[in-house]
Amino acid sequence: MKSRIIETPGGRTSIQVFEGGSGPDLLFLHGAGGVLPGDPFLEALSRQFTVYAPLLPGYGESQGEENLRDMLDFTLHTHDVMGVLRLEKPLLVGHSMGGMIAAELAAVIPDCIDRLVLLAPAGLWDDAMPIADLFAMLPREMPEWLFHEVEAGTRLMTAGLRLDDTQFLQDFLVMNARRFGTAGKILFPIPERGLKDRIYRIRARTTIIWGKNDRLIPAAYGKAFAAAIAGSVLVTVPEAGHLLTLEKPDAVVRAITDGLKVVA
Amino acid sequence: MRFTWFNLMPWPHLPDDFREKHRSVWVDLPSRLYDPEEGHRVYHRYLDQLEYAATLGFDGIGVNEHHANGYGLMPSPNIMAATLSRRTDDCALVVLGDSIALYNPPLRVAEEFAMLDVLSGGRLVAGFPVGTSMDTNYCYGTVPALTREKYAEAHELIRQAWAADEPFAFNGRYTKLRYVNCWPKPVQKPHPPIFIPGGGSVETYDFCLDNDYVYCYLSFSGYLRAKALMDGYWRRVEERGKDMSPYRAGFAQTICVAETDAEAERLYAKHVDYFYNRCLHVFPGFADAPGYRTIKTIQSGALSQYARQDYSTLSWKDLVEGGHVIAGSPATVVDRMKDLIKGLHVGNIFALIHVGDMPDEVTRHSTKLFAEKVMPELRGIWGEQENDERFWIHPMAARTAPAPVPALAEAAE
Repeated sequence: MKSRIIETPGGRTSIQVFEGGSGPDLLFLHGAGGVLPGDPFLEALSRQFTVYAPLLPGYGESQGEENLRDMLDFTLHTHDVMGVLRLEKPLLVGHSMGGMIAAELAAVIPDCIDRLVLLAPAGLWDDAMPIADLFAMLPREMPEWLFHEVEAGTRLMTAGLRLDDTQFLQDFLVMNARRFGTAGKILFPIPERGLKDRIYRIRARTTIIWGKNDRLIPAAYGKAFAAAIAGSVLVTVPEAGHLLTLEKPDAVVRAITDGLKVVA
Repeated sequence: MRFTWFNLMPWPHLPDDFREKHRSVWVDLPSRLYDPEEGHRVYHRYLDQLEYAATLGFDGIGVNEHHANGYGLMPSPNIMAATLSRRTDDCALVVLGDSIALYNPPLRVAEEFAMLDVLSGGRLVAGFPVGTSMDTNYCYGTVPALTREKYAEAHELIRQAWAADEPFAFNGRYTKLRYVNCWPKPVQKPHPPIFIPGGGSVETYDFCLDNDYVYCYLSFSGYLRAKALMDGYWRRVEERGKDMSPYRAGFAQTICVAETDAEAERLYAKHVDYFYNRCLHVFPGFADAPGYRTIKTIQSGALSQYARQDYSTLSWKDLVEGGHVIAGSPATVVDRMKDLIKGLHVGNIFALIHVGDMPDEVTRHSTKLFAEKVMPELRGIWGEQENDERFWIHPMAARTAPAPVPALAEAAE
């Protein structure tokens, strides 16, 4: 994957985009954790698609978070990024927070998206199934909420972390404050910003994919999304938690391509 | 010097196994630990203590705002200040303060503070904290990264509302009002003295200096650990070419006075332990919501005091030697208070003399000793600068006292 910086209209943001692969255009919207260096999911996608993975302001080298405040800002920002990248109806794939933004975009501007993939998206809320508070979790508590294989997940999350290095810790705290500061604008304190009132507008053929053992956003939310989006297909990936893209990248890519065949 | 007797109003009945059974004293501690009928007695005991302190010559009595907090039972400090306005006469009512970003619309703060200033005849000190992350973000749901922008806008609205004599329109991002029209208006002109609690960010230093507000460091870790932060503030004051009046700053300090040092430990150690080990038992996941602090502040190394301290390992000796608590005989306390006042260059002391589950008579004992044997030794410490009246209350001259309640008056005859 290569990375470059693009500027969005109005001088509002400056965005780092990872690009790579070949095949049909695919726009990937990341979750609250961002994108890993050498992200295995993007690598797997790039074998079948031309992947564009822009980072939201507050993530990586992207800037301009002071210009994003609410859900509409995030949605229109993503549309602006699509425009700068000259993407005409790409396959839109969003994970978790990115899935929430993708669903919003497909609802607010339905003409710009034909095919939509939502990977364990945020955006709906059911009092009977409260989603755990990501913003009050200690780093060491996160793996059990995010992974099916907690130990393997912990290794993934802590790879390269040098917790005894003061400068590293300082940089880590800054990175965390930037990215979760941005994420909090649409996820804090409840990850719901009215999608339920707009979701009926989605016309894109939609595949919803969920890790069977997602503890953060329980897989039962998949049924709520599937019920709300006409003609959508729900696929469950076994032995995967909320970070299904990291735990089962190939299975998720397979579900995406299978979904394209089914709903074609 | 100006001394404000402060009561955080802690719940005094957190169980012995509180730390083991509950992850936090704040945000998610179950309210079944609270008993309203006992709460009735506790509130009145604390209010009585505040009024008692006023009779002993403290310059101010202080209250503050917290939510879902086992050591701070005042979601509305204004209610407490209102009750205190009636049975006190000349001391300042220090409300430190209202978390202005949490009021909807924040005009409510302009109105209620004006009410308090009018009720008290111009004795209000108005505090405008951003509010802790626990209160502002976790309890009241403000988006962390938008908290400061919302705060700045709320401040602007209140400032304009107090300054205006005619209705005006306010088109904010978070508050839109066609008719801003603050009735009543404060007695003190242009406005009551404004105190800003800060935690070491340069933005807050500048905010205070831009407006001649008083910068207050409300730490529980004592004056020795506060040195670097307060030095940073005073450096900034110099850089900005402002005068060095000690009244530009205030500091909160836990203080316990007894006849002797040994007596102080005997009388107060268990209550200090209750405060530092139960009341400050805050789940670190609530200490600092990502986005609440600015990047510049994080880069400067300033973290929430709740994120970095673990008091459970600190004994009485540790706490006293480390300056978290100033405790001992009047002579000892005078010495250490001098170190504090000179070391931090502060003119305002927020004296935390009621500590944790301290009983009433013990609290009054310590308060009286401080007022009679410590305070007089510290008055005049700033020489000429003592007379700087810019940062304190200016009550109206002819204030009305509440009339006696008829039935009580008859009984007295």
